[in-house]
Amino acid sequence: MSRFELSRRTFLTSAAVGGSGLLLASCNVFDSLDRDGSVRDVLESANNLTYRVHRALSNRDALAEEFTEADIRQPQRPNGTTDPDDEDYKALAANNFADWRLEVGGLVEKPLSLSLSQLQAMPSRTQITRHDCVEGWSCIAKWTGVPLGLILDDAKPKPSAQYVVFHCMDTIDQDLSGSIKYYGSIDLIDARHPQSILAYGMNGRSLPVENGAPLRVRVERQLGYKMPKYVRKIELVDSFANIGMGHGGYWEDNGYEWYGGI
Amino acid sequence: MVDTAPGNRPASNDVATSIDKPPIIYRQFLWTRITHWIWAVAIFFLLLSGLQIFNAHPTLYIGKQSGFDFSNEVLAIGSEDTASGPVGYTRILGERFNTTGVLGVSVLDDTPTPRGFPPWATIPSYQDLGTGRVVHFFFAWVLVITLLGWLFGSVINGHLRRDLAPRAIDMRALPGDILNHLKFRFHHTREYNTLQKLAYGGVLFVVMPLIILTGLTMSPSMDSIVPFIADLFGGRQTARTIHFCMMLLLVFFFIVHMLMILAAGPINELRSIITGWYRIDAPSEPIETKEAETR
Repeated sequence: MSRFELSRRTFLTSAAVGGSGLLLASCNVFDSLDRDGSVRDVLESANNLTYRVHRALSNRDALAEEFTEADIRQPQRPNGTTDPDDEDYKALAANNFADWRLEVGGLVEKPLSLSLSQLQAMPSRTQITRHDCVEGWSCIAKWTGVPLGLILDDAKPKPSAQYVVFHCMDTIDQDLSGSIKYYGSIDLIDARHPQSILAYGMNGRSLPVENGAPLRVRVERQLGYKMPKYVRKIELVDSFANIGMGHGGYWEDNGYEWYGGI
Repeated sequence: MVDTAPGNRPASNDVATSIDKPPIIYRQFLWTRITHWIWAVAIFFLLLSGLQIFNAHPTLYIGKQSGFDFSNEVLAIGSEDTASGPVGYTRILGERFNTTGVLGVSVLDDTPTPRGFPPWATIPSYQDLGTGRVVHFFFAWVLVITLLGWLFGSVINGHLRRDLAPRAIDMRALPGDILNHLKFRFHHTREYNTLQKLAYGGVLFVVMPLIILTGLTMSPSMDSIVPFIADLFGGRQTARTIHFCMMLLLVFFFIVHMLMILAAGPINELRSIITGWYRIDAPSEPIETKEAETR
């Protein structure tokens, strides 16, 4: 009879050996998933699949949940840059952004240059929404701003335009060639989504510096890193190849997915 | 979906017997074995990349949002500088435990460093949320597609109905089965015992759906596609907490699963999930023989 019989003692010994083996299996074996390897490309293809499936399942104008005043229980938690140290930004802030202009350019029929008061004179939308950070936390706040679709209507994107790129005033990082300013991008479906606004107001007041004054993006079906703050220019493009490191945003250039809906 | 192994379908009449050894039977479909191992790999990567993602904000809450100016925290892993160096702590429902070295503070290159889960528990070992997410979402797709394929195949090939669905007789056998497990008394039969059916069924039909649905709830885009899903789980942050708790249940299942394999006979158990063939207990000797001997 060759049956594997096991005493309690043998069992506990082998369990202890097996358990410690698992603990020792340190995971730096998988640290070679660097940014541009072929394994990384395969893994990243899942993000493209997620993007396509979300777009296929979703009504173009499907709204993110909107909340009530009672759900605003705290100030909007700031993240990333919260007080830009850039001289040009500080000069604009000192003058309450009276000299700031939002430039709209790239693949458009009619480039625009809009002041804050011009933006505030346009039809506005106010929404109480949940901000979901890529780190995992959420915070509910009330946002007021101009629907991005109205700006696009005025600027008239050319048929070749595919994406909207937001260029920002804050320096987020340094590299050998100098300071890197934050930037990000979305597709035209999200750009024309009814809840996609360029917000100048928050929780009933003007947008605070830590939350992106004078103007930040709200794209309510994506994560926080897809909603740039301190916006100075909107550029319509057909490709990201010539912007930054070519991945469509500062965080995207640093290994984050371009589609931030998950 | 068609099984290519001998006998085509596992059934207790596919028995290879010899004089001195208990019979070996074909127990596990090829499809069951393939999906089992794909899950094993996917869950390994999902767990370790998930802990990497968790480390970006190692606090869990109940509700729609995270309380920064109010408290709805249920678990927090953090660190604190003290006179004697950084101290790692874990706070569960307000109760604080010192977990230096494992949770909150890890020793990296001889230096105590603030960190949620330690480097050996995350992919990559260093802090890299972007890579953790890329790995996590790739294997999330692998897991979900494999689960759907398994479900489809197991309805067709009868694995679900015949092997997993608990019957009345299983429930009647439950107390005796619990006792057998406690006494490390394992019977090797073609059928799963009651606790196995409940454990496998619980993982596949309760824990898996919950961990997938709460994972989807964390996606702001999915929340717009299925507007009631966040409310169903009590808000996005509650969904994140449930996702974490389901992970703990899966880790618990994995540990028990490994212990049971060791206890029941690792060679035989591993053979059945690799090759499909399983040695069952010899039929108990006929009573007449015993009587004949005593006479």
